[in-house]
Amino acid sequence: MIEIQSLYKSFEDREVLKDINTIFKEGQTNLIIGQSGSGKTVLMKCIVGLFEPNQGKILYDGRDFVAMNKKEKALLRREMGMIFQSAALFDSMTVLENVMFPLDMFSSMNLVDRKRRAQQCLDRVNLIDAQEKFPNELSGGMQKRVAIARAIALNPKYLFCDEPNSGLDPKTSLVIDALIHDITVEFNMTTIMNTHDMNSVMGIGDSIIFIKEGHQEWTGDKTQVATSDNQALTDFIFASNLLKKARQAFV
Amino acid sequence: MKFLITPIKTFGRYLQLMAKVFSRPERFRMFFKQYITEMQKLGVDSIGIVLMISFFIGAVICIQMKVNIQSPWMPRFTTGYTTREILLLEFSSSIMCLILAGKVGSNIASEIGTMRVTQQIDALDIMGVNSASFLILPKIAGLVTMIPILVTFSMVAGFGGAYAISLAGILTPEDLTYGLQHSFNQWFVWMSFIKSFFFAYIIASVSAFYGYTVEGGSVEVGKASTDSVVHCSMLILFADIFLTQILS
Repeated sequence: MIEIQSLYKSFEDREVLKDINTIFKEGQTNLIIGQSGSGKTVLMKCIVGLFEPNQGKILYDGRDFVAMNKKEKALLRREMGMIFQSAALFDSMTVLENVMFPLDMFSSMNLVDRKRRAQQCLDRVNLIDAQEKFPNELSGGMQKRVAIARAIALNPKYLFCDEPNSGLDPKTSLVIDALIHDITVEFNMTTIMNTHDMNSVMGIGDSIIFIKEGHQEWTGDKTQVATSDNQALTDFIFASNLLKKARQAFV
Repeated sequence: MKFLITPIKTFGRYLQLMAKVFSRPERFRMFFKQYITEMQKLGVDSIGIVLMISFFIGAVICIQMKVNIQSPWMPRFTTGYTTREILLLEFSSSIMCLILAGKVGSNIASEIGTMRVTQQIDALDIMGVNSASFLILPKIAGLVTMIPILVTFSMVAGFGGAYAISLAGILTPEDLTYGLQHSFNQWFVWMSFIKSFFFAYIIASVSAFYGYTVEGGSVEVGKASTDSVVHCSMLILFADIFLTQILS
């Protein structure tokens, strides 16, 4: 479980996050949604420690990440996995080497076991046949699946996904969503996902936080999104005329 | 005051980065793997260009000395002697490192810069890896290790170029060989090696700094690559003045 308490972040005189308070539960896919520039990526970067918040607490199962020293942060980071918008695979390494990398760095397994574990992870994302390829030989969807395999190699407790569906076609997006959701349940991870993909919201949003202009506008889950009377949320989710009509018919 | 503050700030950020770089590697196995790769990439892959440039420069220096310095009032070995001194004292260390700043420096800056803008460095940081040390330390160690070999290749190729000119009949091989051996001071070779260690450190660390601190996209990576070459070249030239004064 990750708990955020009174989180503030600003860049020079521009306040990007204002008083964020929320709980991300384990075994659930927790979504952060909001318009581009609303502050959701900054929120995620604060949670994983790429940005230092100006104020507030980030509690990983009760451990305050903000108050930790560098060594404690490095140790906690070994319990994290992250899938980036651009997949962020190491392009000088093969797919197998990419997935083995966290194991090479932090596990005490021997080479055979590390390789076997990496192959298990690749098998889990149905990419065992691509293990000898380089990232630039893979499609966008395949790269994201490799990134998922790399993120789960060390059995993390916390999984972060920064717009994992960005640049993917709707069908591949659904595959990625299903994979993230299944892995979250299977390993009982606390998964936090930034997205503005409505299929993800409706499909795997066990818990949703809607950020508008840096503050927490709405929280709920996928069953409450369609019927919510929050105007800002409705305007964001049902942005097109077609969806507006569908919602009116539904409500 | 801005023209003073910006370089001081940049130097401060460089020192902060170096403090991160020179920390104990998390896994020595991974460090050595990277170290060997970097020696190959930065050193072995540069041998070709070093040999080619040094050979031709050696030949050109020999011709220039013969045409412009040699006179009936001077001993016949003067051409060989001056060619050797130029190659040992300046070309094989300083000028060769200026050339390497272009080849190796831009390679380092663009490689690390691209890793930064494609979030590969963020991925390392989130895994709990000291990305600065993991990426930069093997490059510095690799280039510093390989530089004496490159300097040696440069010296040999330069003498080879001069000898090729003597075979073409511009001066006799005997005069050249005598000149190359005349009043040989071994310290000049060591001086060349010592200077090149400093230059190798400048090339690897300054280029890595510009790559690591890139913010933005491909345009900024290109700018970082150019900046790294310009600043490495300037620092090598400045360092050359001080090192030559100290070591001579």
